[in-house]
Amino acid sequence: MSENREFPVEFQAQINGLLSEGEIPLAWFAPDLDSRLHYAYGLVVLTNRALISIQPRPQAKHHAFSPSFISKFLRRTKKGDVPDSDRVFKTWSLTSIVSLRASEHKGIGTLHLLDTSHLLTPWKFTTSQKIYAHHLAERFLDIKESAQEKTALTSSLPETTTGVPRDGGNAVLLDYAPAAAPPPARSLFRLFKFARPWTGMIILGFLLSVGSIAAGLVPPYITMPLLDKVLIPYQSGKTVDFHQVGWYLFGLAGAALLAWLLGWARTYVLAWVSERVSANLRTITYTHLHRLSIEFFGQKRTGDLISRVSTDSDRICYFLSVSLLEFGSDVLMIIMTAGILLSINPFLALVTLCPFPLVLWLTHRVRTILRRGFSLGSRAWADMTSVLADTIPGIRVVKAFAQEQREIDRFQECNTRILQANDRINTTWSFFGPMVTLLTDAGLLVVWIFGAWQVFQHHITVGVLTAFLAYIGRFYARLEAMIKMVSAVQRTAASAHRVFEILDRVPSVPEVVNPVVPGRFRGEIEFCNVGFRYGSRQVINNVNLKIRPGEMIGLVGPTGAGKSTLINLVCRFYDVFEGAIMVDGIDIRRFSIEGYRHNIGMVLQESFLFYGSIAENIAYGKPDATRSEIVKAARAACAHEFILRLPDGYDTLAGERGQFLSGGERQRIGIARALLIDPAILILDEATSSVDVETEKEIQRALENLVQGRTTIAIAHRLSTLRRADRLVVIERGQIIEVGRHAELLEKQGSYARLHRVNLEMAQSMAQ
Amino acid sequence: MKNSHERDDEHHEKMDDVNLKESFSLSRDALGRLVFCDQEGWEHIDVKPIRIFPISDPEHWIAICDADGNEVICIEDLNQLPGQVRHLLLEELGVREFLPIIKKIMGISSRFEPSAWHVETDRGETCFILNDEDDIHRLSTYRILIIDAHRIRYLIPDMRRLDSASRRVLAHYI
Repeated sequence: MSENREFPVEFQAQINGLLSEGEIPLAWFAPDLDSRLHYAYGLVVLTNRALISIQPRPQAKHHAFSPSFISKFLRRTKKGDVPDSDRVFKTWSLTSIVSLRASEHKGIGTLHLLDTSHLLTPWKFTTSQKIYAHHLAERFLDIKESAQEKTALTSSLPETTTGVPRDGGNAVLLDYAPAAAPPPARSLFRLFKFARPWTGMIILGFLLSVGSIAAGLVPPYITMPLLDKVLIPYQSGKTVDFHQVGWYLFGLAGAALLAWLLGWARTYVLAWVSERVSANLRTITYTHLHRLSIEFFGQKRTGDLISRVSTDSDRICYFLSVSLLEFGSDVLMIIMTAGILLSINPFLALVTLCPFPLVLWLTHRVRTILRRGFSLGSRAWADMTSVLADTIPGIRVVKAFAQEQREIDRFQECNTRILQANDRINTTWSFFGPMVTLLTDAGLLVVWIFGAWQVFQHHITVGVLTAFLAYIGRFYARLEAMIKMVSAVQRTAASAHRVFEILDRVPSVPEVVNPVVPGRFRGEIEFCNVGFRYGSRQVINNVNLKIRPGEMIGLVGPTGAGKSTLINLVCRFYDVFEGAIMVDGIDIRRFSIEGYRHNIGMVLQESFLFYGSIAENIAYGKPDATRSEIVKAARAACAHEFILRLPDGYDTLAGERGQFLSGGERQRIGIARALLIDPAILILDEATSSVDVETEKEIQRALENLVQGRTTIAIAHRLSTLRRADRLVVIERGQIIEVGRHAELLEKQGSYARLHRVNLEMAQSMAQ
Repeated sequence: MKNSHERDDEHHEKMDDVNLKESFSLSRDALGRLVFCDQEGWEHIDVKPIRIFPISDPEHWIAICDADGNEVICIEDLNQLPGQVRHLLLEELGVREFLPIIKKIMGISSRFEPSAWHVETDRGETCFILNDEDDIHRLSTYRILIIDAHRIRYLIPDMRRLDSASRRVLAHYI
C-alpha cells in the first residue's frame, strides 16, 4: 500500500536523505502556495512513522523552488541546484499528531495539522494538488484507525484490490484527461491505418490513375508531328502523306478513349475504397463510443458526439473519395507534364514554369489566412448547433416562459457570426481565385512571347509551341484545382482530429485480461470498504454491506447522499476507487463486463423506449426471445392489457417517433424488459417516483412479480415503495448510518425515523 | 380489482395445460355479439378478438377480451380450436380489423408533405393524406407501414413486390 508516485526530481535526494531505515513513504503531496498565497513549492510526505515537510524559507527567492515542470519551462536552474539551506525541514512523529484535515474554499485548499490543542501548521495549495492532499489525509486516518484497533494493517484490509492492477490516484480521472492533441496533419496520416485492409485496391487505383493521366497527356504530343510534318508542310505547298494524318487522328481518338476508360475505372476503384475506409472509421468510432463509460457521456454534448460520428466521418469520406483523388492525380499530372516539357525543350520549359513558384508562395499565404477563417467559421457553426441542441429539447421551457424571441435573438447572433466568418473567407477566396487565373494567363503570355521569338529564331517549330501551349493550359488548370484542395485539407484535418479524439479516449471501466465469464449468479453482493470519488469529491466512503441472495434492500437517504452512485458502482458504470464489490465472492472487476451485466436487470426512473415495436422494446435485453416469453413478461409486468388496447398490440411502434405512452405505461414496459432477461440481481432506481400514486400502486404490483427470487437493491423517495424490503439501508454523505428493518429503525429514533415522520406528514397534508 | 386479476392469473396458468378445445365455448347471440363461456360456466358477453401481433405474426396469438378490455383468454394457435369457433373468430376479426394492404401507388400530389396519396389496396382504390414523412415507418427491410393524417394505417408487406413506379415513389422516403 505504499505510495507509487515518484517524488519530484528536485526533492528526491533530500527526501531520501531524511528517511530513516525501514521508513516507507505512504503518500505525498506538494503544497504550492505559502501562507500569503504566493507561489512557493514544498513537499509533505507521510511515512509509516512520521510526517515530513520541506518548505522554502520565506525570504528565499521563489523561482529557486519551482518544480521541475516549471523550471524546465523557464530554462532556469538545473536540477538539484537548490542549496539545502534555502529549505526548512520539519518532522512530526505520528504519535504527536492528532488530526490532519484537508479543506478547500474557492479553489484554495488547506491541510491543517493539529495536535491535541493547537494548529501546528497549515499548508496551502491550489486545486491541482487537491486529490493528493486528500489522499494523504485519508492515509493518515487509516494509520490512526488501525493503530487504535491494534490490528495489523494487512489483515484489516481485505486483499480485494488485487484483481485489477490500477494506478490508485489517477484511474478515476482517465476519462477526464484530455487526449494528447497531435497536430492536425498527423491526424490525416493516421487515416491510412484504416485503409490498410484495402491496400491492393488502392495500388490498383493508383496505377489506373497514372495510366489515365499518361493517356491524357498523349494528344498534345501527337499534335506536334501533326503540325510540323503534315499541316505546315502542306500549307507551304509540299506534298504530304495523307495516310499519316489518319494515323495521327487515330492516335488522338485512341488516347482520348483510353483516358476515358482508365479515368472511369480509377474513379470507381478509389471511390469504392474510400467509402469502405470511412464506413470502417464510422463503425470503429461508434463501437468505441459504446466501450466508454457513462462518465464520458456526461461530459460531452449529445449533439457534438452525433456530429463526430456522422458529419465528421462523412467529411473525411468526401475528402478521401473526391479531394484526395483529384489532388493525387493533379500532382501526378503536374510532375508528368513538367517531365514532358523538359524533354521536348528544357529552355522553353524553364521559362514556362517560372510563375509556378509565385503561385506556390501565394497559396501558402492564402492558406494561413483561410485556416484562421475556417476555424473561426467552424467555431461559430458549433455555437449555432449548440443553441439548437439546447433549445429544441427544452422547447417546453422556452414556451412556458415566453422566451421565443430571446432564443431567436441568440440564434441570430450566432448566425451573424457565421456570416462574418464566411464573409472573411469569401473575401480572400474571391481575390485569390481570379488571381491564380491571372497568373495562369501571364504564364501563357510568357510562353507565347518567348515561343514566338524562338520560332523566329528557328530554334523550335510551330508544332512544339502548340504542344507547349496545350500542356501549359492543362498544367495551370490543374494547379488551380490543387489550390482548392487547401481548404479541403484544412477542414478534413480538423474533422479527423475530432474523430480521433474519441478513438484515443481510454475506457475508465477496463476489461481485465482474463475475465471470468459468469454463469447465473446466486446473487450475493458484498461491499468491502467501498470508496468512490468524482474528481476529488468523496461520494462514497468506506461502505461495508453484505446482501444475501434473494434479499431486497431499500436504499434511503437525502438527495446527493450517494445512493445512485452506489448503484452505478454495482452496475459497473464506474469502478470503485477503494475497496471492492464482490458478487458471489468474486470481485466484480474480474468478470467480463458483458457477462456480468447480463445478470443485472434495471428499472430506472424513466424507462427509455427505443424506436421500434413494443415487442422489440420488451425483448431489448434478449433479442431472441420468443413471442410467448414476451407476452409472459408483459403479463407479469401488468402491461399486457394496456398493450392489447394499443392500435397494433405488441407491434405498435413506440419510442421517439412512435405511439405516445404515459409514464406509468413506459415504466411497466421497462419492468417487462427487466423481467424477460430474468436477472439474478435487480436494481430499481426510483422506479415509481415519476408517476402518480394511483399508477404507482399498479406498478407496485408489477414490481412484486419482478422482485421475487432476486437480489434487489431499490432506491425510493417514497418510503411506502420500500414496504416489502427485507432491510433498509440509510445513507448520508456517502456512508451507511443505519441498517435494519422498518420497525427496528423506527424504534431507533434515528435518521430513518425522521425521514419516515416527514413522509407521513407529507402524506397527511396531501390528504387534507 | 386485485382479486379479479389474481383470478385471471390462475386462469391463464390453468389454460395453458388444458386442451383448448374443451376449455371454452364461443357463440354469437341474437344481437350479433360474441359470447364467451369459460370452463366453469362464466359468461362474458360482447367479447372482442384482438390480434396481439397483427403485423409480425397475424396468424397466431389471438386474445379474446371482454367488454371492459380485460383479456379472458389468449390463443396461441388457432388450429387448436374447433373449426366452428375458429371460423367465428376469423369472421369477427375480418369485420373488426382495418389494415388496407397497398398494392400499387397510383400517384402522389407532391414530393413535399402534406401530400395526397392515391393508392390501390386490397380493399379497393383510395386516397389519403400523408402529414409527415416520419409517418412512413420501415418495419423491416422491405416492410412498410404508412399512417395517414387520420391515423389510419396502410401496410406494404414487401415493397419489392410493388411495380417499379410505386417503388420509385417510396424510394424517395425510404
